[in-house]
Amino acid sequence: MSKAKKLSRRKFLVRGGLGTVGVLALGTYVFRNPIRRSILKMVETLPPSYMGSGTEANLWFELTQENKVIFHSPKVEMGQGSFTSFAQMIADEMDVRLDQIEVVGAATKTGIVDVLSTGGSLSVGSLWQPLRELAATMREMLKIEAAKKLSVEVSSLTTNDGVISNGLKTITYAEVAYGITEWNIPDTPELKPLSSYKFIGKPVKRIDLASKVFGDPIFGLDAEMPEMLHAAIIRPSKIGATFNSADTSKAAQMPGVVKVVQIDDWVAVVAESYAQALAAKRTIKVEWNILKEWTEKEMREMLRVGKGRLMITQKEGDAIDEEDDELVSMIFTSPIGAHAQIEPNGALADYNNGDITVVLSTQVPGKTQEFVADALGVDKDKVNIIPAYLGGGFGRRLNTNHAIQTVQLSKAVGKPVKYIFTRKEEFQNDLFRPPTHHIMKGKLGSDGLIDSLEHHYASGDVAIGAIILPGLLNDVLGTDIGAMRGGNIMYDKIPNHRAEQWHTTLPFATSWWRSLGLLANTFAVESFIDELALKAGKNPVELRLAQISKEGNQKRIYDVIQLAAEKGNYNDTPMNGRAMGFAASTDSNSPAAHVVEVSIENNQIKVHKVICAFDCGFVVNPDQVRAQCEGAIIMGMSASMFEKMTIEDGELTPTIYGPYDMALMKHAPKTIDVHFIQGADIPLPVGEPPMGPIGAAVANAVRRLTGKRLTDLPLKL
Amino acid sequence: MKIEFTINGVLQSVEIEDSNTPLLWVVRDVLNLKGTKFGCGKAACGACTLHVDDEAVRSCSYAVKFAEGKQITTIEGLGSPQDPHPVQQAWIEEVVPQCGYCQPGFMMATAALLNKKPNPSDEDIDNNIVNVCRCATYYRMRKAIHRAAELTQETNLKTQENV
Ligand code: FES
Ligand code: FES
Repeated sequence: MSKAKKLSRRKFLVRGGLGTVGVLALGTYVFRNPIRRSILKMVETLPPSYMGSGTEANLWFELTQENKVIFHSPKVEMGQGSFTSFAQMIADEMDVRLDQIEVVGAATKTGIVDVLSTGGSLSVGSLWQPLRELAATMREMLKIEAAKKLSVEVSSLTTNDGVISNGLKTITYAEVAYGITEWNIPDTPELKPLSSYKFIGKPVKRIDLASKVFGDPIFGLDAEMPEMLHAAIIRPSKIGATFNSADTSKAAQMPGVVKVVQIDDWVAVVAESYAQALAAKRTIKVEWNILKEWTEKEMREMLRVGKGRLMITQKEGDAIDEEDDELVSMIFTSPIGAHAQIEPNGALADYNNGDITVVLSTQVPGKTQEFVADALGVDKDKVNIIPAYLGGGFGRRLNTNHAIQTVQLSKAVGKPVKYIFTRKEEFQNDLFRPPTHHIMKGKLGSDGLIDSLEHHYASGDVAIGAIILPGLLNDVLGTDIGAMRGGNIMYDKIPNHRAEQWHTTLPFATSWWRSLGLLANTFAVESFIDELALKAGKNPVELRLAQISKEGNQKRIYDVIQLAAEKGNYNDTPMNGRAMGFAASTDSNSPAAHVVEVSIENNQIKVHKVICAFDCGFVVNPDQVRAQCEGAIIMGMSASMFEKMTIEDGELTPTIYGPYDMALMKHAPKTIDVHFIQGADIPLPVGEPPMGPIGAAVANAVRRLTGKRLTDLPLKL
Repeated sequence: MKIEFTINGVLQSVEIEDSNTPLLWVVRDVLNLKGTKFGCGKAACGACTLHVDDEAVRSCSYAVKFAEGKQITTIEGLGSPQDPHPVQQAWIEEVVPQCGYCQPGFMMATAALLNKKPNPSDEDIDNNIVNVCRCATYYRMRKAIHRAAELTQETNLKTQENV
């Protein structure tokens, strides 16, 4: 990536009209023709999530001497497999093989970076149209130049495996690109029909498989720079603690210590090795200002329905009369959740006379660039953020402002510095999944169907206060749009239904966690529906199907419910010590439904089987969508059955895996079957939606097996 | 002080001031083998698992001094794209990794398990493979572990035939 520095900015070809408005920039150094391009019109017509830095001429594709295509991806790879889907799109439209494509995360200096983030399960969906169009355009551009070089008609040329041919003469893409300084940009060619694709829609293997199996140094924390030093920063353990003073006298004498750095309200040690930095850090005594020792109880009291800011997010028909004898009501809760991604946060930064380079695992390279530039008082184009492969994201890396501190440390010592969070700091300085509190209210009609259903829920911040959304947005909408996910009632045929959100900002940071409000909201709503089905003496699947219409998007939910029940042979009567549980949800237009089979072993809930039906529209890579479902299901089980942060002695705890109880191999179901319905012809979100139903599905199975309704996550007997 | 050990078949001698430094950091930062990962530093996640004399060891909590004279294998030494270890082969066939960060640790733990139990039952897997994968790739891992056991047996049979 460092080669990008050599890019010549001299040759620009700007072209308007003719359907696409494009800026094309070409570097012309030896046998490399990096092609920078952005198409403004595309950016305008993209789904709202795609916010590429489209007005700058930057790199999308690069052709190498070896006839390889390097795609500089505006989205990062955090395990979700999107790099592979991008490669599939490029291969099919550019007519190259998968092994001729390399995908790298775009650096802010040289590539198109999504100015918002990689998140929301939107990577593949948002690039679906523009990336294929770019690849097809690129192919046509190469053909135009090939025709000139071969002195033949463009129309006589065909392309395959990165080679252009008219049947007699052939030339590779790299040979075509060689020496060309000005390109003709044709109108965006028509895309190939879906049915003709060789890679798209097929279960191709992840393109990063080999690097991940053979241990290649691809992650943020694997990055190295010559003369690099190592840093440890002191962070408070108590909630709300602010820096007062520090005694650093011993630390400076410790072996390997290069410098003890105190900037504003934080202290760090820079040493020759990480172990030395940690050892020196332990000798530093910091006095913290602690205005208040928070307790779990106080936090829980703040966070309940009826407290904070109210917003009615859904309102159909009448509210339930509180005096109504038929009213059924239940309370549900979910705990604080940690991201616990295995690669801790950190960064490698180099400050060199105002030129800044940072390599890190981040979901927000664009925002990190802005914040670093602001904090260090340099121009944005002086800051190159190079995103590495992420050792897990899950929303944790939608704020990577520790990049600022790492740059400041590099500036302070005049050498590149690598900084890594300790695991304890990860657990205590996480941007947690907020705890929630839900009151469900419902009433059956005389026909035994649900007549009224209300979901009242309280949550801490998810989207509110997040760096990737303008603060105004939440204010304008009057609600936390992240906490809201899965909060509304999807059963449109329930005559009276509503959802009310109570929002409270908690004394510690809460934010995005894979699927946002969906996990807890679905747990409350779908558990309660199961309870109403029991009360009505109805099969819970039939009850759900009776209360959802078969039109438009609702039909997609209907179909998913029906398919899961059918494939999972759902039966509401326990048999041979096992019971089934059912739940469904819809998130960002991708409905999912699960049938689970559980038993109780040694007083523990054991999940044997999960059968999932999922409609995420057109499936670009069935193998990876399946993998996302499997992962979301087990991670969702982990969050629903085991995980919990609490406040003790004013601190968030536990601070290590193990005590922070998570699903392990022994908890993973032996069967997970995923069935797709492709209810739309474009790819819709994949990574988060299948997480929705799992908590409720397990709780519903336990209820049927034991008679006990579990209302609090994590589910404990 | 000077510590000598063999790592991935190569004899290494490292000069280290504090012999209590975790082996993990020597492997990663001194020998620049980045396949062994840091996850927790407290023997709680398994991301740093490597082999010391064929035993799976969590290197974040193993002082480098204990490595003196030992044989160490890391993911880089387990196999290569040209000659993958059966565990790596199985991981590729089942397309196990998502983010991939935990995977070297799991593969090293699995390889050590297969050394002791060439044909592990589901229960053996549950009891011995206790690393943490946040992407929760356990479902495919279990399949891959069984597949690796098969592959190992196939290789053994072939070797026997050749002999
Ligand atoms: S880093 Fe060694 S067990 Fe987690
Ligand atoms: S693959 Fe991401 S933590 Fe295991």
